[in-house]
Amino acid sequence: MFDTALSANDLIFLAKGAGMTIFVTLIAVFFGTVLGIVFGIFRYQVGPVIAAPLTFVLDVFRSIPLLIQLVLANAFLGMVLRLGLSGLTVACIVLTLYTSAYCAEIVRGAIESVPQPVRRAARSLGLSWRQDMTNIVLPLAIRVGLPSWIGLSLGVMKDSALVYVVQVTELLKSTQILITRLQEPLLLLMICGAFYFLISFPVARLGGYLEKRWTHD
Amino acid sequence: MIEIQNVRKSFGALEVLKGIDLTVQNGEVLTIIGGSGSGKSTLLTCINGLEPIDSGRILVDGTEVHARSTDLNELRQKIGIVFQQWNAFPHLTVLENVMLAPRKVKGMSKPEAEAMAVKQLEHVGLGDKLSVYPSRLSGGQQQRMAIARALAMSPKYMLFDEVTSALDPMLVGEVLDTLRLLASEGMTMICVTHEMKFAREVSDRVAFFHQGVMAEIAPPAELFGAPKSPDLQKFLAATA
Repeated sequence: MFDTALSANDLIFLAKGAGMTIFVTLIAVFFGTVLGIVFGIFRYQVGPVIAAPLTFVLDVFRSIPLLIQLVLANAFLGMVLRLGLSGLTVACIVLTLYTSAYCAEIVRGAIESVPQPVRRAARSLGLSWRQDMTNIVLPLAIRVGLPSWIGLSLGVMKDSALVYVVQVTELLKSTQILITRLQEPLLLLMICGAFYFLISFPVARLGGYLEKRWTHD
Repeated sequence: MIEIQNVRKSFGALEVLKGIDLTVQNGEVLTIIGGSGSGKSTLLTCINGLEPIDSGRILVDGTEVHARSTDLNELRQKIGIVFQQWNAFPHLTVLENVMLAPRKVKGMSKPEAEAMAVKQLEHVGLGDKLSVYPSRLSGGQQQRMAIARALAMSPKYMLFDEVTSALDPMLVGEVLDTLRLLASEGMTMICVTHEMKFAREVSDRVAFFHQGVMAEIAPPAELFGAPKSPDLQKFLAATA
């Protein structure tokens, strides 16, 4: 069954799907992190009251299932605003906002973990707010936030499987297409899982390596 | 010259400074003594603008600290402060802790900042700990590093907020020597302390704070020898 059913072309097809998963994830994690840092710093800086509207919007992105967000966003952007965006664009936008909502929480928590007195000491030496942020808060907060951020990135990578609902053929969708044709669900899902593992493993290891490197105790 | 004029400061309903008037001349060493909650530490953090004040004025070399137009980051370069808790930057080595502000704030070159940092760290007896991370240092060593960190900015004024409180007795003498050296170099210093012996030894004048008021100020011999107010008499009896 193995050699008759699964051809090299099928594996290339899966690899293309994996490529799409990586592409969507990279876009979402990159822009989601940039936005998340901006949102997180804003929320920390202005306090809960002024940040309330932003907090609410981010909570919406965190609490509504991604599948629903994708379908609704696709319908809204396509049918109401008539922007004529491709499914891939819609997927990237939604996943980016979804990522940014989680990332903002990680950033806010990580900044809060930096002890106030240490920041006072920095400011008392004449460092500006920006210099304190870049030289003291950022390096310390990254150490705290990194494990959560790695977890978020891996989660987004797996959640990106849902973008099939806006007609983006990523790894899982590619696998399903092959399953329909070849009727070998277990084997194909194993291969698909192996692809996901191959993508995740280096990221997880990189996180472990950085954590180790940044520990001075 | 540091001029403190009728400074008031409240935390919520609690008024911690009830109209402080105090002038510290250049080259003077002033120590502030008093019980917990007397407002002495708060006054220090107001002098370099870390805390806002409710009313009154604080002038450092004629610049009003809490005026809107004052560039605090620039002003703070000439006011070093060392806290009771040393607040090391845990992700930087001892050398990097001391080099950071000269590099970033003063824009010194790396070799220049490093030379300054090494000099100041040797000054406080940490010349052999340059590449160590603060977590490897004892509390006393971290405090000395914090002093070196402040000195590396070549401040004109140094504020010490109970810096010897967390040091073991072996190290207090060493820190005192450092402070004496600073005084002899013409450093203007305000030291908040619970160490009466220290206050007696290093200061030109000693101020006694009680419940947000500067109850008494005099040269140490006079203040310790002939305390006028009953509160000070009680305080000295309790701490003796």
